[in-house]
Amino acid sequence: MFYYKSHRPKYISPNGWDLVAMLMILGALSVLAWGTAQMIAPYQVGQSLPIYLDPSCLPEYAVYTIVRMFIALLLSLIFSLIIGSLAAKNKHAERVLLPLIDILQSLPILGVLSITVVAFIQLFPNNLLGPESAAIFAIFTSQVWNMTLSFYQSLKSVPTELHEAASIFHLSKWARFWRIEVPFATPALLWNTMVSMSAGWFFVVASEAISVSNQLITLPGIGSYINQAILSADLHAIFYATLAMLIVIICYDQLLFRPLLKWAECFKPSQSFEDTLSQQSWFYDLLAKTRLLKKIQSFFTVIKDWFINLSFLKISNIKYPVLPLPTKNYLPSTLFIWYTALLGSTIYLTFFLIRFIHQEIGLTEVFYVFYLGSITGFKVVVLVLLASLIWVPIGVWIGLNPRLAVICQPIAQFLAAFPVNLIYPVCVYFILKYQLNVNIWTTLLMILGTQWYILFNVIAGVTAIPEEIFLAAKNFGLKGWIWWYRLILPAVFPFFATGAMTAAGGCWNASIVADCVKWGEHELIAVGLGSYITQYTSQGDFPRIALGIAVMACYVLTLNHLVWQKLYNFAIKRFS
Amino acid sequence: MPQKELIKVQQVNKSYKNSEGQARLVLETLNLTLYEGEFVALVGKSGSGKSTLLRIISGLIKPTEGDVYFNSTPVHDPVPGITMVFQNFALLPWLTVLENVELGLEAQGIPRKIRRQRALKAIDTIGLDGFESAYPKELSGGMKQRVGFARALVVEPKLLLMDEPFSALDILTAENLRNDLLDLWHSDNTQIKGILCVTHDIEEAILMADKIIIFASNPGRIHAEIPITLPYPRDIQSPEYRELLTTVYNYLISSEGNVKHKTKHKSPFMTRDNKIPAYATRLPDVGVSELTGLLETMHSQSKDDKVDLAALAEALHLDVNNLFPLTDALVMLQFVTIDSGHLLFTEAGKLFVAADILQRKQIFAKHLLTYIPLGRHIREILDAKFKHRAPKEYFINELIDLLGEEETDKALKVIIDWGRYAEVFAFDFDADTLSLENPQ
Repeated sequence: MFYYKSHRPKYISPNGWDLVAMLMILGALSVLAWGTAQMIAPYQVGQSLPIYLDPSCLPEYAVYTIVRMFIALLLSLIFSLIIGSLAAKNKHAERVLLPLIDILQSLPILGVLSITVVAFIQLFPNNLLGPESAAIFAIFTSQVWNMTLSFYQSLKSVPTELHEAASIFHLSKWARFWRIEVPFATPALLWNTMVSMSAGWFFVVASEAISVSNQLITLPGIGSYINQAILSADLHAIFYATLAMLIVIICYDQLLFRPLLKWAECFKPSQSFEDTLSQQSWFYDLLAKTRLLKKIQSFFTVIKDWFINLSFLKISNIKYPVLPLPTKNYLPSTLFIWYTALLGSTIYLTFFLIRFIHQEIGLTEVFYVFYLGSITGFKVVVLVLLASLIWVPIGVWIGLNPRLAVICQPIAQFLAAFPVNLIYPVCVYFILKYQLNVNIWTTLLMILGTQWYILFNVIAGVTAIPEEIFLAAKNFGLKGWIWWYRLILPAVFPFFATGAMTAAGGCWNASIVADCVKWGEHELIAVGLGSYITQYTSQGDFPRIALGIAVMACYVLTLNHLVWQKLYNFAIKRFS
Repeated sequence: MPQKELIKVQQVNKSYKNSEGQARLVLETLNLTLYEGEFVALVGKSGSGKSTLLRIISGLIKPTEGDVYFNSTPVHDPVPGITMVFQNFALLPWLTVLENVELGLEAQGIPRKIRRQRALKAIDTIGLDGFESAYPKELSGGMKQRVGFARALVVEPKLLLMDEPFSALDILTAENLRNDLLDLWHSDNTQIKGILCVTHDIEEAILMADKIIIFASNPGRIHAEIPITLPYPRDIQSPEYRELLTTVYNYLISSEGNVKHKTKHKSPFMTRDNKIPAYATRLPDVGVSELTGLLETMHSQSKDDKVDLAALAEALHLDVNNLFPLTDALVMLQFVTIDSGHLLFTEAGKLFVAADILQRKQIFAKHLLTYIPLGRHIREILDAKFKHRAPKEYFINELIDLLGEEETDKALKVIIDWGRYAEVFAFDFDADTLSLENPQ
């Protein structure tokens, strides 16, 4: 049981569309930023909600945080179903959507949040709904791309025979979607939701308290509780908050995801050994025993039947799809308009982006920001290497002890889900106390949360090696270095590559928070792209935020396509 | 007695376009009629378009030209009254047996209670009672296919189409299911007026069908129709059965320009100048060890260097899909020839079987370079190239327009396997390059 192994969306090689998508997104963001900058003058932040550090308030705050998470999750799910199927079924939409998602995935979520929060506040003036929507939107963007890609990939791989059976038995398109496509995609979608969710906790904490344009906007929740604790340098409060977060994550895991995973077992075509071992849920078993649930279930079955067989949708679909599923033939003029509009908006947005940034910022500063980016990039690479040096041997050791692996695997996954930005202040406390070098020691914070991806992927890799191979190695007396580089390292490599890739992606996002940490009166700032974005966010300098985001997206994209994807593809071809 | 036509296929052509826009012909001017009360089996080598024809009749695929009539009405989409049983069952893993069987009725908008009754009756008929609430993954292959049959029967079809329905099952299960299907077909318990079954198991075809239609490939067309009038249950040991078996094998052998390269038929690829280099030939997907294995078995069973093909297939449990690629490859390499249902060793074939490992490699290399144009072509290119190496991509590009993607991949996979064995050229997997050098 591990994230990412089998459900990783296939790598799509970049092409001209990537550039188009990139320019469009960045351009659109700068329009948004420009718009909000125009609107910011008359803006007055309403009363800033007081956050109480009394632990008895924490449950209430925790509920707010959970609700935010849940709404974002629901929105992501709906978005995935709609956009995923659009991309899978319409060639012309696919051509634009895939690169768009690729780019959107690599945007620093917290950087974008600083722009969107102002936009949302303008959308709902004098109302808490504004910052609320912004926070939910940030969580949404941290989850949705992964889920959409997963759903798209699943739709693309529905076996032809199932489509044929659906046509032979006259299922309407609507019924086909709910009877075949959605169930087929469910296991992979659920896994990816879980992965996205673990990333989401980090952002829910970060987005609840954000300072934009010298204004601190706080929403009731665990994240702002922590923020308040940092401001008042209260270690006890931080401890309580961490505890509350732990409980929340455990509840989500045990009460929501484990039962769902167990339930999703029935969507898999066959039961593999690995699955029967891992998908256990006491809560599911408990529910399965209750009589009430059976009643509810049969009630839902009736609803579902009615929903799937909605008659008015059938009439409109009297024609049954013929195979291979036809790509609709649009009129050449329609296509011409579609692609011209795309090209036009791309050009317009590109110009807008350049002008927006260039009005305020000279070329030297652009170069300077690229320089900052390379520093952050360097940090990411070094951190991943360091973490690998530590966690690969430990992971191998754990993986070789099956009993230990069973215990450690879920712990590592849990640690990956835990929002480490909660404990950043503790680290600051120690840095201050022992007068440590800010640039080195805050850097370590970046990988604190994501190093676990390396660990549990390596564990998974080792446990996946067939017992026979170990026996053969023993038989031929493989030992020491040869044992490592002929047996273990190649076998684990594909898994390691996946883990390292995820860890590196997480590092970039974390750098925005980790480069600039506070404790009471003290503020530690490290040199890097992250602190650049954070500083200009609190000043509300939108052209510079846009520049920072654009540069970071450039770096992440380049690294993804030139290093990680190549590495991953090589690993798949060579070692599996 | 005048029989009623159930299905009429008229002048059907089917071609697929590749990415370059060139059309590849899969079915050529096909005419076929299935009368009420008939059980027809379609037999042919893989790639002869019989599955495509089945899908055209079902309305799943549209023919490029020509028409299909079901009860005298043209078929354009899947129509009620025609249903299908699939090779890999095509059950929905997330639905129980009962829900799977109900699927077609549900789509017709039949109320819940009635469809449950009908589904339970179909489950009863097919011998699945007790398994109603099971999920497909809990069932064995045979039971899964029973669900497939129940699901097809419950919509009360007039015509039942079957796409290699028993090929994913083991021998005993297949036999059991076949007998049950025959009982059902002869029992008049169903509405079914006709069955059309694609199969690559010749025995199965002779045991079940009233008529066998043999397909020829490249492009797919009807090669022969053999009526079978033997009474049921049919006896494998009877001389009539043996005779039929030999007849079918003979037709299958002659169903392609089996010997060397077909020149008689138009190539399935319509290139502009219609000139196709000899190396652009499909290669049968078989490995060297299978070839050697077959030659050795032949050797041990042969009398006067001659083996009965049907007997060999039976002894080795090889069906059409497994046997003919092997014999095709041996004929191409000129290790055997085929004559009236018998395999005959050539002189080289005899030498090969008698030789030791190294000599075998030499003989194989000689034949590869002499009789397999693609082998010779690759060797010539590598000889001429700087440093004697060329990327695999180079040969893919040469072949892909002529053979299509799938056949190109297959041909290169096979020729690399043969070439490596014969040490005629080497292949580096990491670099995706063919070369003349051997690893140190």
